Amino acid sequence: MEHTLTSGNVTADRPRPAKNYLNETTGLWSWMSTVDHKRIGIMYLGAVSFAFLLGGIFALLVRLSLLNPQHTLFGKQWVTAEMYNRFFTLHGAIMVFLFIIPSIPASLANFVLPMMLGAKDVAFPRLNLTSFYLWVAGAALAIGSMVLGAVDTGWTFYTPYSTTTDGAVGLMTLAVFILGFSSIFTGLNFIATTHKLRAPGMGWFDMPLFVWGIYATGVIQILATPVLAITMVLLLIERVFQIGIFDSRIGGDPVLFQHFFWFYSHPAVYIMILPGMAIISEIIPTFSRKTIFGYRAIAYSSVSLALLSFIVWGHHLFVAGESDLANVIFSALTFLVAIPSGVKMFNWLTTMYKGNISFETPMLYAMAFLFLFAIGGLTGIFFATLAVDIHLTDTYFVVAHFHYVMMGGTVIAFLGGLHYWWPKMTGRMYSEKWGRVACALVFIGFNMTFGSQFIMGGQGMPRRYFNYLDQFQPIHAFSTYGSWVLGSGLFLTAIYLLASLKTGPLAPDSPWGGTTMEWESSSPPVVHNFEEQPVFEHEPYDYRHRTVTHV
Amino acid sequence: MSTTTVDLHQDPHGHGGEHDPHHQHHFTTMEQQFDTSKIGMWLFLVTEVLTFGGLFAGFGLMQNKYPQEFVAAHEELKRWAGSTNTVVLLISSFTAVMAVLSARTNQGKKCAKYLWITVGFGAIFMCIKAYEYSADFAEGLFPGKFYSHHGDLIAGSHGYATFFSFYFMMTGLHGLHVLIGMGLMSWLAIRASRGEFSDKYYTPVDLVALFWHLVDMIWIYLFPLYYLIT
Amino acid sequence: MSTHTEHADNPKAEAAKYLATLVVLLILTAITVGASYINFGSGNIVIALAIATVKAIIVGLIFMHLLHDKPVNAVIAVGGFVFLGIFLMFDFIDVGSRTNPQPINLHAPPAATAPAAAGAPAAGAGAAADTKKE
Repeated sequence: MEHTLTSGNVTADRPRPAKNYLNETTGLWSWMSTVDHKRIGIMYLGAVSFAFLLGGIFALLVRLSLLNPQHTLFGKQWVTAEMYNRFFTLHGAIMVFLFIIPSIPASLANFVLPMMLGAKDVAFPRLNLTSFYLWVAGAALAIGSMVLGAVDTGWTFYTPYSTTTDGAVGLMTLAVFILGFSSIFTGLNFIATTHKLRAPGMGWFDMPLFVWGIYATGVIQILATPVLAITMVLLLIERVFQIGIFDSRIGGDPVLFQHFFWFYSHPAVYIMILPGMAIISEIIPTFSRKTIFGYRAIAYSSVSLALLSFIVWGHHLFVAGESDLANVIFSALTFLVAIPSGVKMFNWLTTMYKGNISFETPMLYAMAFLFLFAIGGLTGIFFATLAVDIHLTDTYFVVAHFHYVMMGGTVIAFLGGLHYWWPKMTGRMYSEKWGRVACALVFIGFNMTFGSQFIMGGQGMPRRYFNYLDQFQPIHAFSTYGSWVLGSGLFLTAIYLLASLKTGPLAPDSPWGGTTMEWESSSPPVVHNFEEQPVFEHEPYDYRHRTVTHV
Repeated sequence: MSTTTVDLHQDPHGHGGEHDPHHQHHFTTMEQQFDTSKIGMWLFLVTEVLTFGGLFAGFGLMQNKYPQEFVAAHEELKRWAGSTNTVVLLISSFTAVMAVLSARTNQGKKCAKYLWITVGFGAIFMCIKAYEYSADFAEGLFPGKFYSHHGDLIAGSHGYATFFSFYFMMTGLHGLHVLIGMGLMSWLAIRASRGEFSDKYYTPVDLVALFWHLVDMIWIYLFPLYYLIT
Repeated sequence: MSTHTEHADNPKAEAAKYLATLVVLLILTAITVGASYINFGSGNIVIALAIATVKAIIVGLIFMHLLHDKPVNAVIAVGGFVFLGIFLMFDFIDVGSRTNPQPINLHAPPAATAPAAAGAPAAGAGAAADTKKE
């Protein structure tokens, strides 16, 4: 088996260190008690991958339930409406809280960000480990709730159903509460790290754009997540004490719950996408061998996205009984929030223009991101438009929209970043051939699954409905088949990535010709990241002084 | 009145020469470490502001909904207790910042003394609150569905119960933070009396004092909104 | 390592400053309590919150050292309050501007006016434009 290095190893060849962060200390306890950001990143990677698998299984079950309107397989009905409600609730809750929110920051950024800054670790290493164990605790509670009655409220826990229904809502909200603190601590750590642990000589505008994206994400995590925490507390208290805040039968306001919930959950979707965009800002210059176009524009757009994300949450409440005045204000602001995303798209494309482009797997995922996020983002504008939202809200159109941005955006970017930094983290090259095959399967499967849902939604198929009109059956079936193609691509990815750990060729320090500081360490890095304190010498994405050899 | 400076100059790391045992390796200097810790603490305090802020928002919106009931309900609260507690917390904030000053000027014993006094004021606060709660319970003022007070003017209105639901939630959560602060300060007081803090390292005292000041700040808003609305 | 060594040189002055701050805070507390006994109508809540804010700012600037610390800490602190303010502002805009739209095909007026406390208008009513009955 061989791989083709399409870009030169731009650091001088040097002997591979005998001890790296993986084998310097051994044994389970050395991992469980580690404060090394790289080990914590790897543990998180395993953890969120497990969550992705669990959430993905529920997704496959959701799609399988809808294969035909009789809900039969081989002639026998196998799923009830109650089961179906639990499937989509658990799919959503696991994917949002256990997988996608922590995914890129806690796994990839944990590993790479300190190295990009030339630091030895994050600002608060013990807090980092605490954040991981909080995730584990939250995951345990979430899985416990699945086993002990499960939840059927939808991942949004709307009241008054969630405050009055049976089932393990309390456990799940407690899990979400704990996971919130896991997220807060991660963001806190990255903000402090970015402020204080940059290498000597590295100013704010000398940092890789990945750091800007993760920093902006941290700002959102700090400001938004506490409101989720208090929302979950209020939900729990309403269930136990019936205090009458969210239930109109006892004097409450259900729309208030939605305000509380979406004040977090809208910025949360920017917690999801900003790290994805941050990865794309790294991959595209590297694989175009060209300085990023509009560095400052992208940096400022990351921060402005973070801040603007806080003033648009009402667009989730357009048909919930929000006042007309608030509707109009939120609609206008939602149009505004699309602009920074657009700025980034244009800058990435311009970066590629007249670049020296090659299409290794990370770049393929980056290209997929540009296509899929464009669709996802533009369809978001449909929902910002009040008159259109009335018709499309709570249909499959919105399901397709948010899967295009969350999966077509964040997950695709996550996969791209995973492949980009895989050699650095593991010291192994994965199989480029299988990488491309899997990327194609994922891309095709994804569009099959969710592109078709735009059509269904436009024709009026509501979301979260177990029963549906016969006319939608062909599209539902097509979407289900797409989910199998998508799932197979993802399983294939897991297989060849894990296989590379045993049989992959040893990776050089910098297989892609990347210019950011993490590539100056060995693959995998030594425990303290760098043998000597690196000094900031050249701008990121500075390809003028790089020799590039194609093999 | 000066006390010992840090005298833990064992050299376990083999650096030779001066190396503060509290110096974490990924920081270049102690000053960088201190500044970073401060930033981290302020970020955490912001999360507390947003958490309690959410409750304030809920309270405000419910008051908007039940203006008469909220005014009537607040009459049941004891103004003297709330006012005294406000004074107690303000004084405790003073003693907390004096503790930080003492630590920073190498006066470990004085620092410990101020910390213990702060804990004491916290205890006074909690005692007054405990008295208030028991008096409220005796009147049937409980949160949510357990509300069993008689004699409310607007019969059948949920506003009274809602007021007390928020009252117990917010003062309860605040009280929990007071207890946590007291616990942290007690731990620091013990460390301070052992001479662990000095002008070279007083970060924990500074950070816990910041936490305590936030607890005070939350009460500064809680007090007028619950006890003084008319 | 102290970030404000100019003050560590004179702890007595600093202690006096803290004591003076405490006195100011206590006076403001007395004013708040006193003002609550006078009926300013809807001004009462404004006065109470304004004084509370002044007290909070004083605690932040002096007791929490924001005045003399590096500015990043103050930016973080202010930022938190700004975004809390955004949450409050938009919530109150929504709740404060809700009308009570009736279905446009309603032929008879409702038997009793819905109590103002019912804050849960029908979900589909958002689709109807302003439909105040005259």
